[in-house]
Amino acid sequence: MQYKRMTLFAGHYGSGKTNIAVNYALHLKSLGEDVVIADLDIVNPYFRTRDSLEELNAAGIKLISSEFASSNVDLPALPQEVYSLLDKREEKAIMDIGGDDRGAYALGRYSDAIKAEDDYEMLFVFNKYRPLTPTAEDALEIMSEIEAAGHINFTAIVNNSNLGALTTAQDILDSVEETERLSRLSGLPVKMTTVRDDLVYNLNGKVENLFPLTLQKKIV
Amino acid sequence: MGEKVLMKGNEAIAEAAIRAGCLHYFGYPITPQTEIAAYMAKRMPKVGGVFLQAESEIAAINMVLGVAATGKRVMTSSSSPGVSLKSEGISYIAGSDVPALIVNVQRGGPGLGGIQPSQSDYFQAVKGGSHGDFMKIVLAPSSVQEMASLTSTAFDLADKYRMPAMILADGTMGQMMEPVELPETEPNTFDKPWALTGTKGERKHNIVNSLYLKPEELEKTNFERFARYKTIEENEVLYEEYLMDDAEICVVSFGITARVAKNAIVEARAKGIKVGMIRPITLWPFPKKVLRAAADKCKAFLSVEMNMGQMIEDVKLATECKKPVYLCNRTGGMIPSPEEVLAKIVEINEGGDK
Repeated sequence: MQYKRMTLFAGHYGSGKTNIAVNYALHLKSLGEDVVIADLDIVNPYFRTRDSLEELNAAGIKLISSEFASSNVDLPALPQEVYSLLDKREEKAIMDIGGDDRGAYALGRYSDAIKAEDDYEMLFVFNKYRPLTPTAEDALEIMSEIEAAGHINFTAIVNNSNLGALTTAQDILDSVEETERLSRLSGLPVKMTTVRDDLVYNLNGKVENLFPLTLQKKIV
Repeated sequence: MGEKVLMKGNEAIAEAAIRAGCLHYFGYPITPQTEIAAYMAKRMPKVGGVFLQAESEIAAINMVLGVAATGKRVMTSSSSPGVSLKSEGISYIAGSDVPALIVNVQRGGPGLGGIQPSQSDYFQAVKGGSHGDFMKIVLAPSSVQEMASLTSTAFDLADKYRMPAMILADGTMGQMMEPVELPETEPNTFDKPWALTGTKGERKHNIVNSLYLKPEELEKTNFERFARYKTIEENEVLYEEYLMDDAEICVVSFGITARVAKNAIVEARAKGIKVGMIRPITLWPFPKKVLRAAADKCKAFLSVEMNMGQMIEDVKLATECKKPVYLCNRTGGMIPSPEEVLAKIVEINEGGDK
C-alpha cells in the first residue's frame, strides 16, 4: 500500500471514518512513522477520536482534538493545533473529517494548504449497509456534496461496508460489487476494504487490499 | 422484514416513523437527537412528506397538534430542555384527545445540563410532565432495533387510544449504531371519525378542542379519559423478563441501563448469584403486576437508572414495599459500568446496601 504525507477520511456520517482513522494511525505507527491524528469533526457529539486517547497515547500517536470533544457542551470548535499538522512535514498526518457536507465545511479552511503541499490522499469511506447509501449513486451524491463543501476532491475509496458486530464475511463479499461500481462511476480506485480483524482469515485471497481493524470501540 | 442496514438509533426512529405512515415532521434541532431531523429533512421530500424546521420547539409542537387534529400521523422529536418547551403543547394534545408521537432523546439536566446521555426525564415522561390530569404512553427502547419497532408501536397505540405517545430514549441510544431490520409491511390504519377532514357539506362538523366552558363537562371528560387509561393499563403493558425463573434478586432497568445491567447479571450468574431482570418497555403503563408477583418470590430489588432515583419510586409502589428496593445510579451524563452494577448486586446478595 502507498502512503502519502497526509491522509484524510471523509464520508457519510456513521460510515466508520473515526474507527478507520484511528486504526490507520496505529498501522502507520507500527511501520515506524511519526504519526499525528486530528479530529476535525464539528458535527458529531458522541463517539469521537478522543475516546481512543488511551490507545493512541500508548502507541505514541499525537491526538489533536477540540477540548470540547466528548464533553458535555455542544461547541463546534476547531483546535488551533491543526495548523501545526500542516507545517510539520516530517510527520505522517491523519485527518478525521466530520460526516457529510456539513462536517466537511471545516476542512475548507485547510484545503488550500493541503492542495499546495500536494502529498495527500482524500479517502471516501463507503458503507453500503448504511440506509442512505445503499447504492453507488447514493454514495456519489454525498461524495460530490463533500467535495463542494471541503474544496478538495477525493482520490480513492475505502470500502467499509459492515453491519457492526453482526458483520459476516459474506456481508463483505456482497459489498464488493457495489464498491466497484462506485469506483467505475467516480473514476477513483478502491484503496482498501476494511474488515474486523477476526474476518480477515475468511476473506484472504477473496477480497483485494484487506485492511484489518484491530481496535473496535464497543459501547454497551 | 426487509434487509439489514446499519443505523444510528435516531435514524431508526425516523425511518420507522416514515414506514409507519408518518409523513409530517415538525422539529427544532438539539443535540443529541438532531439526526432524526436531519434524516427527515433528507427523506421526507423523497416520499412526498413534510419536514419543517419550526422557529422554536413551542411552534413545532403546536404544528403537531394541528396535523394531529386532521387524523394524519405526525411527530416531533427533541432532547430534554426542548421537551420541556413542548410540554404545554403536549397537554393540549392530550386535552384534545388526538394522537401524536413525541420523541425525547434525553441528555443530562436540569437546566441546560449537558449533551451526554441521561434518563433524568423519567418523572417528566411518566407523571404527566405538563399541566392538567393526563397521561401519555411512554415506550423505552433498549436497542436500535427497538428504536424502530417501538416507533410503529407508539403510532398504533396513539391512534388506538387517541392520545400522545412518547419514545423515551437517551443520547447513547440515539447515537449508537446497530444492525436493524425495518418492516416492509403496510402500516396499520385506524378509523378516525373525529378527525377534521372537511365535511363536504355531508356531515356535521367535528370539533377538536381542549377548552370546556362548563366545569361539569370538563370533569366528565377527565373521568372518561381516565377510564380509557385504565383499559390501557390492563391491556398494553410491555416488559421483558430476563433470567427471572429462579431469581432472588430482581434488577429493574430500562433503555440503555438495561443493557449495562444485563452484562452485570451474566457476570453475577457466573459467581452463582441468582439474579434476573424485569425490563419495563412501557414506562407508562408501568409493569406493576409482574413486579408485584416478583415481590413474593425475590428477596430484593435493584433499580438501575441514569438519574437520582426516579423509576425506583414506581418500583416501590408496584412492589408495595414488600421487599427492599436498592438504587444503582449515575447522573449528569455518566453511564454506570457493568462493574458498578455487579458490585451492587454482590452487596445486596451478601445482605444489603452498605
